[in-house]
Amino acid sequence: MEILTTIFIQPFFDMAADPILFLQVIWEGFVTGILYSLIALGFVLIFKASGVFNFAQGIMVVFAALTLVGLHENGIPAYIALPITILVMYALAFSVERLVLRPLVNQPDIILFMATIGVTFFLIGFGEFIFGGEPKMMITEELLLPYGSITFFDDMLILQEIDIAASGIAALALIFLALFLGKTKIGIALRAVADDNQAALSVGVSLNTIWVLVWFISGIIALITGIMWGAKSDVSFALSIIAFKALPVLILGGFTSVQGAIVGGLIIGIGEKIGEFYWGDLVGGSIESWLAYMIALVFLLFRPQGLFGEKIIERV
Amino acid sequence: MKNKYFLTLIASVITFVWLSQGIMAAKGIYVPLFTYRTGAYAGSGIPNANGMSDYLNMLNERDGGIGGVPIIVEECETGYNTKKGVECYERIKQKNPVVINPYSTGITLQLIPKSPVDKIPVHSMGYGLSAAADGSVFPWVFNYPSTYWNQASAIIKYIGYQEGGMSNLRGKKIGFIYLESGYGREPIPLFEQLSSELGFKLFKIAVAGKEMQNQSSHWLKVRKEKPDWMIMWGWGAMNPTAIKEATRIKFNMEKFVGVWWSGGEDDARPAGKAAKGYKSANFHGIGTNYPAVQDILKYVVDKGKSQVKDRARVGENFYMRGVFNSVLVAEAIRTAQGKFGNRVISSEEMRWGMENLNLTSARLAEIGLPGFANPIKVSCDDHANNGPIFIQQWNGTSWERVSGWINSMDRVRPMLEKAAADYKAKNSVPDRTIPCS
Amino acid sequence: MLYREAGQFKTTYIRDQELFPVKQDRWGIFVIIGFSFIIVPLIANDYWLQAILIPFLIYSLSALGLNLLTGYAGQLSLGTGGFMAVGAYACYKLVTVFPETNVIILILISGLFSAGIGLIFGIPSLRIKGFYLAVATLAAQFFFEWLFGRVQWFYNYNNSGAIEVPVRNFFDIAVTGPTATTQARYMVVLCIVTVLALVAVNLVRGRIGRAWMAIRDMDIAAELIGIRPFPTKLIAFAISSYYAGVAGALFVFTYLGSAEVEVFDINMSFEILFMVIIGGLGSISGAFLGAAFIVLIPILITNLPLILGIPINSATVEHFNFMILGALIVLFLIFEPHGLAKIWSIVREKLRAWPFPY
Repeated sequence: MEILTTIFIQPFFDMAADPILFLQVIWEGFVTGILYSLIALGFVLIFKASGVFNFAQGIMVVFAALTLVGLHENGIPAYIALPITILVMYALAFSVERLVLRPLVNQPDIILFMATIGVTFFLIGFGEFIFGGEPKMMITEELLLPYGSITFFDDMLILQEIDIAASGIAALALIFLALFLGKTKIGIALRAVADDNQAALSVGVSLNTIWVLVWFISGIIALITGIMWGAKSDVSFALSIIAFKALPVLILGGFTSVQGAIVGGLIIGIGEKIGEFYWGDLVGGSIESWLAYMIALVFLLFRPQGLFGEKIIERV
Repeated sequence: MKNKYFLTLIASVITFVWLSQGIMAAKGIYVPLFTYRTGAYAGSGIPNANGMSDYLNMLNERDGGIGGVPIIVEECETGYNTKKGVECYERIKQKNPVVINPYSTGITLQLIPKSPVDKIPVHSMGYGLSAAADGSVFPWVFNYPSTYWNQASAIIKYIGYQEGGMSNLRGKKIGFIYLESGYGREPIPLFEQLSSELGFKLFKIAVAGKEMQNQSSHWLKVRKEKPDWMIMWGWGAMNPTAIKEATRIKFNMEKFVGVWWSGGEDDARPAGKAAKGYKSANFHGIGTNYPAVQDILKYVVDKGKSQVKDRARVGENFYMRGVFNSVLVAEAIRTAQGKFGNRVISSEEMRWGMENLNLTSARLAEIGLPGFANPIKVSCDDHANNGPIFIQQWNGTSWERVSGWINSMDRVRPMLEKAAADYKAKNSVPDRTIPCS
Repeated sequence: MLYREAGQFKTTYIRDQELFPVKQDRWGIFVIIGFSFIIVPLIANDYWLQAILIPFLIYSLSALGLNLLTGYAGQLSLGTGGFMAVGAYACYKLVTVFPETNVIILILISGLFSAGIGLIFGIPSLRIKGFYLAVATLAAQFFFEWLFGRVQWFYNYNNSGAIEVPVRNFFDIAVTGPTATTQARYMVVLCIVTVLALVAVNLVRGRIGRAWMAIRDMDIAAELIGIRPFPTKLIAFAISSYYAGVAGALFVFTYLGSAEVEVFDINMSFEILFMVIIGGLGSISGAFLGAAFIVLIPILITNLPLILGIPINSATVEHFNFMILGALIVLFLIFEPHGLAKIWSIVREKLRAWPFPY
């Protein structure tokens, strides 16, 4: 009976007893969730357009951030380093399309998935070779990102300006993406490819260009994520582990849904922070590493295609 | 075409087989260094590795080795990965290493049972299994100058002093945030014991390796619990993230103490000025104001024989930790040569040298490191030297020493012996047969 | 000429259903087994046995298990590391609780625990497929990594937080623990791997194996011809996890000697999936070839500069190691997506016609 109380009643009591702290927990979850959403968004775009489960998204985050910081360390000012980094991400997208995707076209999904792990290994080695394995500081000030904090309720609710900025930038990125996909010609072509690449091909959409494009967009999203997450700790190769967190977001939201990635990211982010904070200590804490997967697994049993995924229809 | 590819593969494997049989050890004392300049923990590993190899290379350049015998320094990259450590160990084992510096608690644990069988001493300087301090159970394992348990007790002692006496610890709340691994869990038995004896309340927060850079909920718990002090057992990317998060919840940094592996410049620097006041334990000096470090700069770094990227990074905390590790190795070799003659010593002779190491203040001054560390005297029973530690504080740009030497508590030694006996019983370790002199 | 089955007539059904119906295959297998049992322990040194052959065999076993699940039954799993950890910790608990029982029996029993766990984590496979399932199995991976690190009971409250392998004998010869010779440990691994590999060859050509392949090729169609998908998939999960569990137990008991749970991290799962794919999905020999590739290539790259005497620092070698391994994987997938086993079968076709291909 006492166990039931500690599991089912006490945590809610704690939430009600200190609502400001509860708010803080939700805010932290929201901020983390946004970053998960961004990583998941990178996955979704690539999966939609080319059917590739891009395992390299995590290392792309590190690689993008590392390039930016590494260039700055070598004396290049931030406003020049940033465009160069974007160019590097384009070069990366181009080479991946040319050297990996094009030769592997029409292979089974798992082969393409494995190929992206190959790309991951390559980027780990390449990144460390060029920039060294030392952790680097994110150049928040040079990028004109705020770093103070705003407090409410006598220091009870602390909001970091960088987090607010991150949410704002993420929202902007999403709006741009939505406009791009909905209003521009190339965006519509991209959606056509996502719907049916053979039909798209037949009306004259170049698949190769689209692939380069989605990898490039994913690269830019990776760069944004890398800057934000790098500002929270530092830029090192350990950061790529974070990408594993995007996987439960994907199965929750569906591999093919942009809205799914966003909503899923927020659910996972807030859910795991609340779970860890109010229930984690019952089993010794630090359950975040698997809690997200369990949440996603439970959802899956009811909706095998994720929250927003397309219904899988199979014909014999 | 495809066959050709396959045949090339086979051919290269066969060539490899043939060649690898022909590895011959060169003349000299072979000191392998297990390093990790890659992977998730490279941030802490790189300066360490630089310090270790630079000091030994400096001895080679300046004195032609130790006792006239050159040292063969070879790094083996482990990436802090136990499996790669096995490969490294097997590879270097053939070349008659005198001592192994595993530089990873996981690899150390794995080498401890092997060391008496292969007769290669293991030196885990300030890491590894604390219980290895008991030389009667672990004749081949050394962890001087100090163990985690010594350190943990000294940190509690320091906190006690700051609170105005050990009795004031009663009723205080001390948080312990640690990396969820063998390394991070090591001091828990000691903290729990001390918590019941001294009456402070201990609350533990584990950070999984995958969550190293995602600690906001952990630190919210700290905010909720409002501990009087925080102690951290972190490593790699966990450290800077924890320090940043601590500043974000406006934790009083003066009351945040890290283990000696959480005291790198790279750990505190990302949080910048906000981290001012953060403390960490240490057992050796920092900086380039030592003649030996000047020699490193002169003979190794300036001649481009070091892997240090930036000259300014010589003298940083983890760099000096690596230097200290190599000093201890070199001095043990010297001790062994004192008894067995100035020649290439064997690993068994090295073990004797390590067990009879007596590094006095005078000797430290002689090798160009005056006041660098507390004197170390290893004995047959005590392989950890129960070394004292001091506390250093981050002033926003560099570390400053803020305390004198703090000795560990007397109760640690019996606990270490008990843990060693426990290990001995569980793993049926045979009684020590090596004579004590 | 050398490899020709013409003239090998089967006069009974039993002969026709042999494990290796072609004479050359049969002899080839005998030679390989004989070589690895008799010649290798005599000529190989500690480095070869401990750093290359033992891990190679253990990885092969685990890859074999995953190949049964992924290659034959078509269920993608990324939880192999977790299942291996279950086997390793089960074995450790068994060995310390029943110190008198023969350790080899306990290693084989510990696989049953991970088979049971595999059953549980196989349940979602009924409803979800492909990458969704792969990500769901990741739950097993992360959950067990957490569990074995957190619950002290699993590692007998050791201060170090690691499981340490005690010395255990098999007919008075130490086969596990620090005093066991490398040869003894190699023989234990080799025996277990050989037996389990033969079992696997038998499994996949039997009723279960054919049911798996039907499910893999199209599960709805398989259901229509009377194969019940749920039990078939679950059996695949159980058997695959059994192999992984035994491999995990061997990994700690005969290879590492002492391990923290971090050894069985997510990278382990990926490595084994690599072996399966590089070796060839749906091929028993592929598991061995793939394991050889993934174990040998990094060691080869690390040692090459040392052997050739190129002065290059170890970190750079490691960077190149990653780059070359990554590039090789991509190249491999491009040139031979069906894996090493496919290359072998092409070679075999060539040999069949050699030296008169027309």
